Formats: sequence, C-alpha cells, structure tokens
Amino acid sequence: MHSATAAMLTATRVSGEVVPARAQMAATLGFHIILACLGIALPTIVLIAEFIGLRRPDQVAMVLARRWSQAMGVLVAVGAVTGTVLSFEMGLLWPGLMRKYGAVLGLPFGVEGLFFFLEAIFTAIYLYGWRRLGGWAHWWTGVPIALSGIFGAMSVIAVNAWMNQPGGFTVSHGRIVAVDPWQVFFNHAAIYEMPHMILAAYMVSGFTVAGVYAAGILRGRRDRYHYTGFALGFVPAAILTPFQIFVGDTAARAIAHDQPVKFASMEYVERTSSHVPEWLAGVYANGHIYAGLKIPDFDSLLVGFSPGTKVIGWDTVPAAERPPVVWLIHLCFDAMVGIGFLLLLAGLWALWGWWRHRALPRQRLFWLLGAVSGLAAIVAMEAGWVVTEVGRQPWVVYRLQTTTQAATTNGGVITSLSIVIVLYAVLGIATVLILRALARRWRRGGVPETGVPYGPQPEIPDAGGTRAGRART
Amino acid sequence: MIAAATVGGILLATVTLYGILGGADFGGGLWDLLAGGDRRGHAPRQLIDESITPVWEANHVWLVFALVIFWTAFPVAFASVMTAAALPLWLAVGGIVLRGAGFAFRKEVSGLGLQRAFGAVFAFSSLLTPFFMGTVIGAVAAGQIPADASHASLAAWTNPTSLLIGFLFVGACGYLAAVYLIGEAARRGDRRLQGYFTRRAQAAGAATGALSLATLLELHAPAPALQHNLTGRALPLVILAGLTGLTVLALLAAGRPRGIRVLAALGVAAVVWGWGVAQYPALLPGTAVTLSNAGAPHSTLVALVVLFAAVVVLIGPSFGLLFALHGRQLLQGGEGLTAPAGGRAGAGSPARPRRSSGQPGRASRVVAIGLIAAGAVARARARGGRNR
Repeated sequence: MHSATAAMLTATRVSGEVVPARAQMAATLGFHIILACLGIALPTIVLIAEFIGLRRPDQVAMVLARRWSQAMGVLVAVGAVTGTVLSFEMGLLWPGLMRKYGAVLGLPFGVEGLFFFLEAIFTAIYLYGWRRLGGWAHWWTGVPIALSGIFGAMSVIAVNAWMNQPGGFTVSHGRIVAVDPWQVFFNHAAIYEMPHMILAAYMVSGFTVAGVYAAGILRGRRDRYHYTGFALGFVPAAILTPFQIFVGDTAARAIAHDQPVKFASMEYVERTSSHVPEWLAGVYANGHIYAGLKIPDFDSLLVGFSPGTKVIGWDTVPAAERPPVVWLIHLCFDAMVGIGFLLLLAGLWALWGWWRHRALPRQRLFWLLGAVSGLAAIVAMEAGWVVTEVGRQPWVVYRLQTTTQAATTNGGVITSLSIVIVLYAVLGIATVLILRALARRWRRGGVPETGVPYGPQPEIPDAGGTRAGRART
Repeated sequence: MIAAATVGGILLATVTLYGILGGADFGGGLWDLLAGGDRRGHAPRQLIDESITPVWEANHVWLVFALVIFWTAFPVAFASVMTAAALPLWLAVGGIVLRGAGFAFRKEVSGLGLQRAFGAVFAFSSLLTPFFMGTVIGAVAAGQIPADASHASLAAWTNPTSLLIGFLFVGACGYLAAVYLIGEAARRGDRRLQGYFTRRAQAAGAATGALSLATLLELHAPAPALQHNLTGRALPLVILAGLTGLTVLALLAAGRPRGIRVLAALGVAAVVWGWGVAQYPALLPGTAVTLSNAGAPHSTLVALVVLFAAVVVLIGPSFGLLFALHGRQLLQGGEGLTAPAGGRAGAGSPARPRRSSGQPGRASRVVAIGLIAAGAVARARARGGRNR
C-alpha cells in the first residue's frame, strides 16, 4: 500500500492508463513483496528453530517452530495468490512490455516457476507433516523450501535487474531474433540486486519475527519463550545487516555508473560536476533543496573515494527522460539507508550486551527498537523498491521502452485499481487479525487449533476415532 | 517450427495438468458450496477440506507456469489475449485471490460465523474462477481473439460458445473433484460419503458430457474448422474422452470405484488435447497467428524445452512424494499443536488410528507418473505431427 501512494504521486505527470496501471502495479507488488520476503526467509528461521529444538533438544524452540509453521501456512497461501495476481498483471497491465520483451524476460520467470513448484510442494509436506513425519526426516523436508526460496528470488530479481540493465538479446528489423538466456539471467544489475534483495528478505523476516516477541517482552511477558522467539529472529537478521549495508553501498556505486540519472535523483545531483555534496533529507522543489543537511564533497567521496570524483547529474538527459518527483526518490533512499544504520545499531547494542553481560540488553529503549525493527525493515525494503522503480522512470526497460508504451490500451484500469485497493486492504487486515487471533489462542493454550470448517461444535481432532464417523451425529 | 510445436505441446501439457489437478481443487469448492447447511454439510466439507489442504498450492503453480510459458513462447498472442479478454481474466484473478485467501483463512478463524463467511468466499470464488477461465479459452477456441488486440471485447467471451465452455469448465471441475473425493472417502472407510460423492460424480459426469456434446455442436457456426478437426483428426481423442466418461459412469453405477480417478483425469486430458490437436497449428483461430509465426526466437523456445525437462525431472518426483504422503494420510492438519509439543515432532500428539492402505497412494503416484508420460508422448506426437 505504501508504495501505491508513492506511485500515484509520481505518476501524475504522465497521462492515460499508465497512471492507474503504475499505481496498481505498485500497490499489488508493494503488498506481495512483504509476503515474498517472508516466503523466502521465514522457512529458514523456522528451520533454525526446529534444528535447535531437535539438536539440544529444546522444547521451547520446538513449540516456536511448530507455531511459526502454522502462521507460515496462512502467509504462504496469501503470498501464493497475490503472486499470481502479479503474473496476470504482467499481461493485463503491461501487454506492450510482454509483446515486445516477453520472449526475453519470460525465461527467468520460467526458472522462478520451477522453484515456485519446489517451494509449494515441500512447504505442503513440511507444514502438514509435523505430526506424522518424525524428527530429522521432517526437518529435511524443509530444506528444499529454504533453498528454492533463494533461487526463486534470484530468478524474479533477475527480471527486475534486466529491466534496469537490459541485454542478452539481438534485435533485427525491430524484432528480437536471438536470446542468450545466461546473459539475460545474470545481467549486469543482477550481481548487486540479487544479494541486496535476498538479504533484505532475511532482514525483513528476522526483524519481523523479533519485533513480535520484543513487543511481548515490552508488555511484561519476560519468559524464556519470548526471549527465544526474539533471538531466533533477531540474531540472523542482525548478523546480516552489516553485509547488507556493504552490498547496498556497492549497488549505489554501480548505479552511479549504470543508471546515472537514477543515481542523480537519489542524491540530488542537478549538474554533472566534481565535489558533489551529499544531501541528508531535504525536499527538492523548483531548483531548491529545502530542509536538507549538506555535507560538502561527501557524495563524490562515496562514489569515487575522492572529493574530486565527477558525478553525473540529471542535466545530461532531456527533462522528459528524467524520473518524476525526485524528492520522493531521494527521501526513500535516505529512509532506506537511515533504517539500515538504525538496525545495525540495534545489532551492535545486542552484541555489546552479550559481550559484557552474556545477556541481551535490559534497557527499555533496546526492546522498543526491537519491537519496531520489523516494521522498520519493511519500510526500508519498500523504500528501496520505490527508489529502483520510480528512479527508472520514464523507462520500463531502461532506455529501450517507456512505461507508457508498455501500458495497456484498455480503459477501466481505475476501476480495477479501486477494487484492488479495497480487496488488498481487506486481505491485509484479515491476515494480520488472523495471525493475532492465532497468537491469542496459543497464549490461552489447550484449544484445538485445527479448525473444523462449519463444525457444529468444536471437535477435538486428536481424541481418536474417525472424524467423519463422529460428524455423523 | 519443431521448437514452436514442442513448446505448444508443453503449454498444452501444463494446461492439462492445471485442469486435472487445480481444476479438482476448484471442484471441491463447488461441492462445498452445494453441501447445504452447517450440520448437513459438515462431513463432506471436512472431507473436501482435508483433501485439498496440502495440495492446492502446489497444484495452483501449474497455472502460473502455464502463464509464463505462454508469454515467453508466444508473447504477441499472449498480449492479445490479455487485452481482448481482460475482463474475464480480471474476474478470474479476483476469484483466485478470494478462493485462496478464503480457504486459508477459514481454517484459522474460530467461531462459526467467520468460518461461514470465509467458507462462502472460498466456495463462491471456486465456482466463478473456472467459469471465467473457461470463457477465455472459449474466446480463443471460437476465434474471437484478434491477432493484435488493442481493446477489450465483451463479445469475445459472452458468445454462446465461450459461455458454454465456461459452464463446461465448471462441470469438469465438479466431475473431477467428485470422482477424486469418492477415493478419499473410500480411503477413510466412509461408505456414506462414498455414496454421497458417487451421486454427485454421476450428476456432474452426465452434465459435463452433455456440455461437451453441446459445445461440439455449437462450434459449427463460430469455428467450423475446429469442429471439422474435432470430428476428423482429433476424433480418437474425442472418442477416448467419451469412452472414459461412460466407463466411469458405468463403474460408479456398478459400485466399483477402482481406477476411476485415473480414467476421469484421462478423460479431461483427452478433451484438452482434442482441442489442441484440432486447433493445431493455429494459435489464435480466425487469424493468421500460428504456433510457428507467433513463436519467440529459437533460442528462447529451446531454453523453454530445457526448462520443462528440468521441471519433469525435479517436479515429477516431488509431486509423486507429495501425493504419496498425502495418500497415506501422513499430511493432515499437522501444524496445529496439541498442548506442549513433544521434543520430537509428532510425539506430542496421540496419533490418530492410521487407516493405512497403500493402494490410493499408489494410485495417485500412477496418476502423476502417467501425466508426465502423457506429456512426453504428447510432445513426441507434436513433434511427429510437425514432420508430416
């Protein structure tokens, strides 16, 4: 939802169906990407919990793994259907893109399909195999989910990276006549986009899990169950945070080289020059930057490790080829980087506490930080997508096809957009409410959790006897 | 050209698999919708729920995979279909979201009112989604999709042929689901539900057969070439579809349900392939768009063939494992915990009596392997057809 408004704001300049089409793509993708992150990385966190539960053996970790599995069941279902919406939207909203480049960007999507299959099949076995598949056999059925999550993510990101750095195909008389799948998949932007997004998925999942239990701890539920739940999410995410900052920094430098206009929008570089300052925050309007903090030479320093480094500005392309509303791109970029460092700080704080006292920090501020870390990671990830997507405008395929050329010529996208916003709002709220209801039920304990649809009375599924037999009453 | 025909065969194979696997999941929703009140519908709904739960997401992936193959291999035709038939496709997408979400949410909510609400969402969208998908296929078959559509068309999918095929899809989904559910009931030793779904399989089978015949006759005006080929070179497949349907009905009447699942799936597959063979080599009938001239560059098509081979090698056994475990009732409502979970998975809950019967597990594996074999044969056929 977050990026929907973003796209609506930015899209106001362009005319026709492309405006609602972009808004709808932003809304559906912005929604799905959260579930996609959880789909990529949550299984690994559950597997870590189950591993500890089996190895030590640790009852608490085991209970957590089982409960997270149940939450995963809901999230995977919502993620599967919202992902399908995106597949359809590729054709329903962007027929121009598919007509021209479907044969190229379809290949990584096909590879993703392969991993989606593996993920769906083994998720089913893992989620529904808790009771009857014993111990380590069950644990191993989860490993393909974690692996296919990573490879599937690589495939989808390959498509987005290709849109930023298209290549790997030959055009003759306006038609694509040859495709090199390898070059399409491992295009130049894939090298940094893939690790950046996969790390983001792990951070979002880890901090989200941690946030749930930090909130519980803040409410006074200071038991081993909550501390274990927090640590299982927080530790992997915090360990990955410095790597993410390194990858992000490398990516920014690569973008300065590969997509200089996007980079200029991220950093407010109006004119190509050396000694370019770094702007922290600030709103760009009518050639002025309001309320920004200026650090002289720092942008040049970041790009080329020297204040004399020349940074390309957006003056190098005509106004029509610049992304709209640069302030949004800049502020989203700053938000992403700022949150990244905040999360790094949280990790360092925990590390320091562990080093000094062999315990997590006691300060309330740390747990407040922990409680918002999940939401913060999601905001950072969404902001990053706004930067890369809005920053590429007006192109859908960088320097080859504009978003307007790609958009559907059908009317009525406003209608589908309105329905999508209402439907997804309901879907999002329902998902959160159901997860909260699950948590409440877990806290109460003892209540049978395998729901019996339309059951006249709650049944206890494990009481023995055939369900169908008893249902005959 | 060989590559394009092969990929066309692959596309049809994925559509077939989606139809006989994902279609049955929609059919389950249809029977859920028609199961009556809370009390009366309790037992069938529970059987449907337990049967669909572990498999529907994996089955659903065939749809995504079919879409990807379609747009990668035949991008221009894909863009045209997505533009001309935008409205039913949007409605189908909405149905997919509501079906999946409604189904997943229903399990996790407590309280009859909420379960009813989400259940109704699941069941209604299970009815609407295959209908709208059917109208889109109908629009293609009836030659209503122009070569390069720039605008959505209402007439494309509201003509009699498209609507008939929409109903045919609903009927086929219900037929498959009822037939599969007879097996599920038999495996649980529930004779009452076995009879319940036998009656529904008979009704749906008869309706589907009648709709198939009506569609075949209806094609005369909008798609004479298709009709000609269905009674010509695709006749063996049409006969096969009819024979399997009659055999299933006869076996049901005789009360010998062994093997009906494979037969029902084969029958539906025969209809899909009958359509494909009859329409070949046209991709969008009524236009000049054929498999070969709409195809992507040769390198893309070869990559897709390699990809599909990887899918067969990796996904085939995985599906086999999933269906085998499901068939042996090793996957069910498993993630819910009962009091404090044991250190070892599964130890915490007193296991329900295991109604072990290797037979159905084997049957589902046979289906899976059979489908893959059918896909391979079909591709070989497509290739052979090419050389002629």
